[in-house]
Amino acid sequence: MSLVGPEVHTPTLLYLDGVSVSFDGFKAIDGLSLVVDETELRCVIGPNGAGKTTMMDIITGRTRPDTGRVEYADGVDLTRCDESEIANLGIGRKFQKPTVFEHHTVDDNLELALAGRRSVAASLRFALGPEDRDRIDELLATVNLRGLRHRLAGTLSHGQKQWLEIGMLLAQRPRLLLVDEPVAGMTAQETERTAELLVGLATDHAVVVVEHDMEFVRSIARKVTVLHQGRVLAEGPMSVIQDDPLVNAVYLGE
Amino acid sequence: MSESPVHGSGGPGRSPTAAVLGVALVVVSVVGVLNQAVGESSALHVPTYVVTLLGKYACYALLAVALDLVWGYLGILSLGHGAFFALGGYAMGMHLMREIGPRGVYGHPVLPDFMVFLDWKTLPWYWHGFDSFAFALVMVVLVPAALAFVFGWLAFRSRVTGVYLSIMTQALTYALMLAFFRNEMGFGGNNGLTDFKDVLGLDLQSDATRVGLFVCSTMALAAGYLLARGIVRSRLGRVVTAIRDGEGRVRSLGYRPERYKLFVFTVSAAMAGVAGALYVPQVGIINPGEFAPLSSIELVVWVAVGGRGTLHGAALGAVLVNYAKTWLTGTYPEVWLFALGAMFVVVTLVLPRGIVGLAATTRAAWARRVTGASRAPGEVVP
Repeated sequence: MSLVGPEVHTPTLLYLDGVSVSFDGFKAIDGLSLVVDETELRCVIGPNGAGKTTMMDIITGRTRPDTGRVEYADGVDLTRCDESEIANLGIGRKFQKPTVFEHHTVDDNLELALAGRRSVAASLRFALGPEDRDRIDELLATVNLRGLRHRLAGTLSHGQKQWLEIGMLLAQRPRLLLVDEPVAGMTAQETERTAELLVGLATDHAVVVVEHDMEFVRSIARKVTVLHQGRVLAEGPMSVIQDDPLVNAVYLGE
Repeated sequence: MSESPVHGSGGPGRSPTAAVLGVALVVVSVVGVLNQAVGESSALHVPTYVVTLLGKYACYALLAVALDLVWGYLGILSLGHGAFFALGGYAMGMHLMREIGPRGVYGHPVLPDFMVFLDWKTLPWYWHGFDSFAFALVMVVLVPAALAFVFGWLAFRSRVTGVYLSIMTQALTYALMLAFFRNEMGFGGNNGLTDFKDVLGLDLQSDATRVGLFVCSTMALAAGYLLARGIVRSRLGRVVTAIRDGEGRVRSLGYRPERYKLFVFTVSAAMAGVAGALYVPQVGIINPGEFAPLSSIELVVWVAVGGRGTLHGAALGAVLVNYAKTWLTGTYPEVWLFALGAMFVVVTLVLPRGIVGLAATTRAAWARRVTGASRAPGEVVP
């Protein structure tokens, strides 16, 4: 089942081992094992209900697995951490539905996401320093929202919200980025830019992308993991996956 | 960056601290002088009952600002904020009872009249210390804050939100009302605490003391407003409004929303307690009726009418609605409750951002007509 990709192997950042979780008897994740390296771009595909989002929920602490291990970086057991702790360990997530703070400006959205102390006392005393400003400027340039920085996020277009959320993800300075359907609702041009952005990020981050758009996956994928019924059906380079008869039978037969 | 994250329109004034304190000082000076220095025969004389009425309004406004912090910014519709107000009021009332000393009807050197009437022999333990004004002041803040902290800790940790949380706050104040009605609780039961004589040796019936209480209430309102404004303008305020709009997202950024909620809820309760403590010496009584759910709901109406999520709107709403109440209950007492209900319905349907929101919209429309400039919707208006 394991097909070795052509890329250079880097140390492991995330390790899921035999993870299972069921909701009301339905096995959403069933003995899932997954290894993500420190710098790689991994696409996770699979039909609806394959467990893609649940997998992300488990990694980010939203859902506790019934069995199995989830290890991060130097042996941190993520199943013992809560959501805030996991976020502060450097795991950032972009949700399927863009969730930005609609009543805050673009600037404020990024500022809230900036890596830093998260305590109540620290927030009360917080003042934006010059490095923070530079960082926000840099992020605005990266996600192409510089001209809209003072707009309320609620007034952005769908694609712009997606980008803002990616910007917020980067502001957290994560080591692992979990990106759920980044190009849903984006124009062809926006999709192309997003692809460039994600590929660029993968040179010094681990990026896990869940995506339905096969065209997009083909354009960025180095290594693809196919989920089906809560477990890994196949894993390998896109070219190999495309020709896998099993994968074609359950999913790619579109 | 420092624009209000709520409706994109800033509060009044560029240097808020100086402006707010300036306005408060002018108000208290004018009212004080017109009461004390201008003769009763003059048309400009402000009678003492009006001074006390204004002092009461200031307390209500402070309470409204406290609620707005929780409702407008944190998104928690507390239907029990009157409880914190009443607890602050009872803490002050207990001190005022102890101040009466042997001057009570029964002339007991220590025990308040109602305890003598109930044939109690000794002061309950929780009444000790209240002979000290400083101790009472600490309790005015501490008791409501402690209750809010414990309640909030349990509720927010269990992630109770929305209408369930509102119902719990309502139940909290109702339960306290029932408890305080009981004579055995030692807070004067049905009658509450009353017949106060003086505070810090100053006769509570004298005009000068009444003006002094009005000054304290107005200054407390100014301070409370500035404190709340400082909180909502800080990064903490931006986190708090973000929690209101998407708690899960805030958590996924690595914040702990429950701690932020607890902080704001507790600060708000303490402010409500101070408002209650200033209210009681001016009205001369505190009884379990203050815990009535209806009082807390009225408070919500003040904030809604003024415009929630603006702070100054809440204060304005409290003053306007209470002025209407004073006037209506004087002229058409049977109409008041209907008027209150109608106000709530109208505000909910027609003015979701209250009077302040209406004023802002009108101003913006006027500015557009004058300059002919069209702004992109949602753009922050400086």
